[in-house]
Amino acid sequence: MILDTLKKLAVQRFGVKAEALAPNDDLFEVLGIDSLQALDLLTDLEDAFDVEIPDYEVQGVNTLGGLAELIEARR
Amino acid sequence: MNARPAAERMHVAGYACLGELLRDALVVHKAETVLIEASRKREAGRWTGWEVKLLGERVAARLQDAGVGPGDRVAIVLSNQSKWLISAYGALFAGAVLVPIDHKLTGPEQEALLAHAQPSVVITEFAIWRTWDAAPAGQVWVAEAPKGADVDRWESLPEHGGTFVPRDREDTATIVYSSGTGGTPKGCMLPHRAYLAQLDALLGRFPLAPGDRYFSILPTNHAIDFMVGFVGPFVCGATVVHQRTLRPELLRWTMKRYRITHMAVVPLVLEAFKRAIDEKLDALSGWRRSLADTLIAANARLTERRPRHAVSSRLLKPVHDAFGGELRLLFCGGAYTDRKLAEFFYDLGIPVVIGYGTTEACTVITVNRTDPWRGDSVGDVLPGVEVRIHDADADGVGEVHVRGPTLMSGYLDAPELTEAAFLDGWYRTGDLGHFDAAGHLHLVGRQKDMIVTAGGKNIYPDDVAFAFRGVEAEELTVFAENYLWPERTMQDERLLLVVRGEVTGALLGEIAEKNRRLPDFKRVSGVLRWEEEFPRTASMKLKRHVLADALRAGRTRADVVPL
Repeated sequence: MILDTLKKLAVQRFGVKAEALAPNDDLFEVLGIDSLQALDLLTDLEDAFDVEIPDYEVQGVNTLGGLAELIEARR
Repeated sequence: MNARPAAERMHVAGYACLGELLRDALVVHKAETVLIEASRKREAGRWTGWEVKLLGERVAARLQDAGVGPGDRVAIVLSNQSKWLISAYGALFAGAVLVPIDHKLTGPEQEALLAHAQPSVVITEFAIWRTWDAAPAGQVWVAEAPKGADVDRWESLPEHGGTFVPRDREDTATIVYSSGTGGTPKGCMLPHRAYLAQLDALLGRFPLAPGDRYFSILPTNHAIDFMVGFVGPFVCGATVVHQRTLRPELLRWTMKRYRITHMAVVPLVLEAFKRAIDEKLDALSGWRRSLADTLIAANARLTERRPRHAVSSRLLKPVHDAFGGELRLLFCGGAYTDRKLAEFFYDLGIPVVIGYGTTEACTVITVNRTDPWRGDSVGDVLPGVEVRIHDADADGVGEVHVRGPTLMSGYLDAPELTEAAFLDGWYRTGDLGHFDAAGHLHLVGRQKDMIVTAGGKNIYPDDVAFAFRGVEAEELTVFAENYLWPERTMQDERLLLVVRGEVTGALLGEIAEKNRRLPDFKRVSGVLRWEEEFPRTASMKLKRHVLADALRAGRTRADVVPL
């Protein structure tokens, strides 16, 4: 559920195909984005799930699955 | 709210130490707002010069109560926020040596630097403190700790101010680490005179005034931000703005909300800004797009000789408004800046001033001017600094050497590194460059074993090798490709993993797996096979330059197996 929304947001922002994204893929690699673009995605996630995730919690998280866990823990 | 002319710039050269200079500056600018902290889309606080002075001197009192005397070290491991500048002022006022540590390093990396610096007091914030395994030696003050946390809180400051402790120009003001999470830490000991000389020269070229608003986004331990995001604005009565959550969207919000006038950025941030503008331009329909292109071209012509903010911000209002409407100058350094990227912004009426410096030389060695503006060089030499091209070849290209009052006195507790860093009193930058007829420096490559990312991070191959421990190879290490086979370029710098023994498919797979787990800027791009035992010292330390010579003689770029 969270994962589906995550996918949708990544697809919207970076224009990739949803089927290209698996939960354990390295986001930076698959989306070809840099660290600043990843932070923009984080802001989208916060708006969608109405949570605040401090930047330091995201350090070292580079998969959709990892992000989903973070959001789950905050809800 | 335009910048008001400064009554008179403070006579920086007349001061002996930073503590005294900042103390007087905060009195001179007592009524100006010198500091603003935003947290997401709200303002967390703002402080006048007088308020910063009072708070900082309470920090000084607490340091002195803790027994901190002249020359004792105080480490700051804080994100870019108000407490950084307030604590730094307090430490300098108390005559302490400031040890600023990058808040973006990992917990263990910060712990290693703290263990090396041996500070009497460490000032940090809860989000950082909780990533440390063991408490560093000395007192640790933790800001923003939640209720119930068993820590010494930064916030428990005494009501009284401390006593000002003067320092001499040659005394160490700061110890700034330019590397050292892997090998021997390089803690540059920078004397007060280095900062005073540098500040005087920089403000001569880029004066700041009350009403200017500088957005501080580079970590303040970084030499650039320490100067233009702390000391410089305070001395001039300009405002430093912090945003606790540094994301592109909030960056733009902060620039608009506080109508930012100056920023220092690394090329990575410049690219993010360009993306935002491109998106806007691409969204324009046919005729609007051609109108925009015409206006950009017109602006480029009108500002050929010098930037004209009033003209550009009217001509290209939507673009300027996206950045707050008053952005006048972007300083860009810390990494190679593409000329086209800089020109893109200049044509829009936002001059990107490209400079070049190293921590060892305080901040800036060369920097561009705006009249006329150039984006093809790293600028001309700042007054007070001497630069020579050592051992120049037929094209005038050689190693860039620096001399003058802005240099460090040496690396902390590393006499052999200090000795290797200097040649007859000149600091060897390890960068290759040449001067043009106008006296502008052009960097064309690197002689040292490191790469610099677009984010301004110096990556030492030595540090990266650590990540590949445990793979099935007899020996391995990492080198910068351009160090092994010098090539005249500052772009696409790559790291190579050198492996002794058979390079099998299984080994490559193992390496690729470990590589993927590294942050993108630390990844190796290929593997190089080497049969002979690595040359080592009696204490088994790798003789990197001997191995590098052997690799140069026996291998070429064509032998690299790409990953």
